[in-house]
Amino acid sequence: MIKSILIFNNHGKPRLIRFYQYFAEDMQQQIIRETFHLVSKRDDNVCNFLEGGSLIGGSDHKLIYRHYATLYFVFCVDSSESELGILDLIQVFVETLDKCFENVCELDLIFHMDKVHYILQEVVMGGMVLETNMNDIVAQVELQTRMEKSEGGLSAAPARAVSAVKNMNLPEIPRNINIGDINIKVPSLSPF
Amino acid sequence: MSPSVPLQEMIRAIRSARTQCEERGVIQRECAAIRAQFRQADNGGRSHNLAKLLYVHMLGYPAHFGQMECVRMIASPRYSEKRVGYLGAMMLLDEKQDASLLITNSIKNDLSHSNQYVQSLALCTLACMGSAEMCRDLAPEIDRLLRASNSYIKKKAALCAVHIVRKVHELGELFAPAARTLLTEKNHGVLHGAVVLIIELCERNPETLERFRKTVPDLVQIMKGLVLSGYSPEHDVAGISDPFLQVRILRLLRILGHNNEGASDAMNDLLAQVATNTDSTKTVGNAVLYETVLTVLDIKSESGLRVLAVNILGRFLLNNDRNIRYIAMTSLQKIVGTDHNAVQRHRGTIVDCLKDQDASVKRRALELSLALVSATNVRSMMKELLIFLSSCPQELKSHAASGIFNAAER
Repeated sequence: MIKSILIFNNHGKPRLIRFYQYFAEDMQQQIIRETFHLVSKRDDNVCNFLEGGSLIGGSDHKLIYRHYATLYFVFCVDSSESELGILDLIQVFVETLDKCFENVCELDLIFHMDKVHYILQEVVMGGMVLETNMNDIVAQVELQTRMEKSEGGLSAAPARAVSAVKNMNLPEIPRNINIGDINIKVPSLSPF
Repeated sequence: MSPSVPLQEMIRAIRSARTQCEERGVIQRECAAIRAQFRQADNGGRSHNLAKLLYVHMLGYPAHFGQMECVRMIASPRYSEKRVGYLGAMMLLDEKQDASLLITNSIKNDLSHSNQYVQSLALCTLACMGSAEMCRDLAPEIDRLLRASNSYIKKKAALCAVHIVRKVHELGELFAPAARTLLTEKNHGVLHGAVVLIIELCERNPETLERFRKTVPDLVQIMKGLVLSGYSPEHDVAGISDPFLQVRILRLLRILGHNNEGASDAMNDLLAQVATNTDSTKTVGNAVLYETVLTVLDIKSESGLRVLAVNILGRFLLNNDRNIRYIAMTSLQKIVGTDHNAVQRHRGTIVDCLKDQDASVKRRALELSLALVSATNVRSMMKELLIFLSSCPQELKSHAASGIFNAAER
């Protein structure tokens, strides 16, 4: 079982956190800090498996991570998962993000955190691997995004129209047009 | 206008804060605004506010005031609101909180929704945070979905069933027949979910394990199809057909063949085939090979096959890729008790790994070296271990010292 999935950058700022076991919020932040501390110490050419995180679960748990440019992708798993398999899964997840965001970079993860969660939900569910075929995952994410967009277009429109009209600054139409004061100069036409 | 624009504006504002203090200020203001919005009856941007709250929660700020909003969003008829509501529930709620009880009804209704994506949201949430009561209540519905729905829902229902069985062990009996039928599916996602479910059922209940032993021939067939089939573009990863599924099936075979002659015999040929046919030049191939080796060593396999397996591990030990060396040592550790002599043959390489730069590799090498100390090699091993002790990283020192002590006593 996957206990948690963390994505953070080279300075430890979290970009995505997902726990499949309940932890109180301050505990979650402590785990993120500890994980960052353990993972950032590692050289780039050592193996991608780490033992020794004490907070998240003790001896049965390993951290399996991959470092891509400015981001660390860390999966905390127990012994029921294949270590090499999880390493491949991280790759699948990142490639899926790449397809969904078109050359994904850290900024995409920052500004579209919700979308990243929805993509992750198609890969891992309840701490278990759900789907590993990248094309299937991308297709399903696309369909759901389309559904959300189409809903936003139709049913949100009346609400938006109402609030738009309320906020519109309509110019005041004068009610009484007083033409009494207008001096209309009638040109004197020469008699012909 | 994209639904996430307000979220992005807030993120931009937070990021432009130059100090921690400034950031806290921005977030406090945003949270106050969000709180006010939650109190309003209905506005066009409900889902945006909850999304903002989840972002703030990720940065470590309190977000518990969003719990009721999650409940409200989940009950909304709109997909965009349900989606964020369920995500919020999974991130902010757990069964110990009262608010989680309130979503049981929504989940129940959404499980039979006409839209499969709404069904999938409910399944996902149930699998993440379903309490024992929720699981008991909804198990029959999950069983129904396991039997009669499309593959997208079936694979999610299978994993949901795993969660239910973990929470309420007795319900394993309920899912066993459906799990058995799922093995005939063609869709790999469903097959994968089915195998995970069967593994869970077998690990919990020895009687179920007995019954599932009968599926060994079917599993062997499926594996044969994956290993020997020609190139299949939809499942191919670096030349191997669906390695994730292969690894999962191998694990199930391991459980079924453990301590059982009949089942082990039925899978001998297959394991030999996988071990010889799998391409080990890429990580995915190695993942499958590794799982095969573990299975061979854990069941009642023929001695020839065992030798093949240990030799594969020996090859792994010499691999340039540190990950592979680490993995090899982990599995050698598991068999050092039963196949001691076979592992002894690789003692030289293992001792060399003590000098590796990588702390994880060092740790594995230490464990293994300590286990390999015997009457015949004690002098040379002690020499190596003492050299190791003088230069090893701080966190391993005490473990190494006590290990050396224990070995010396033997």
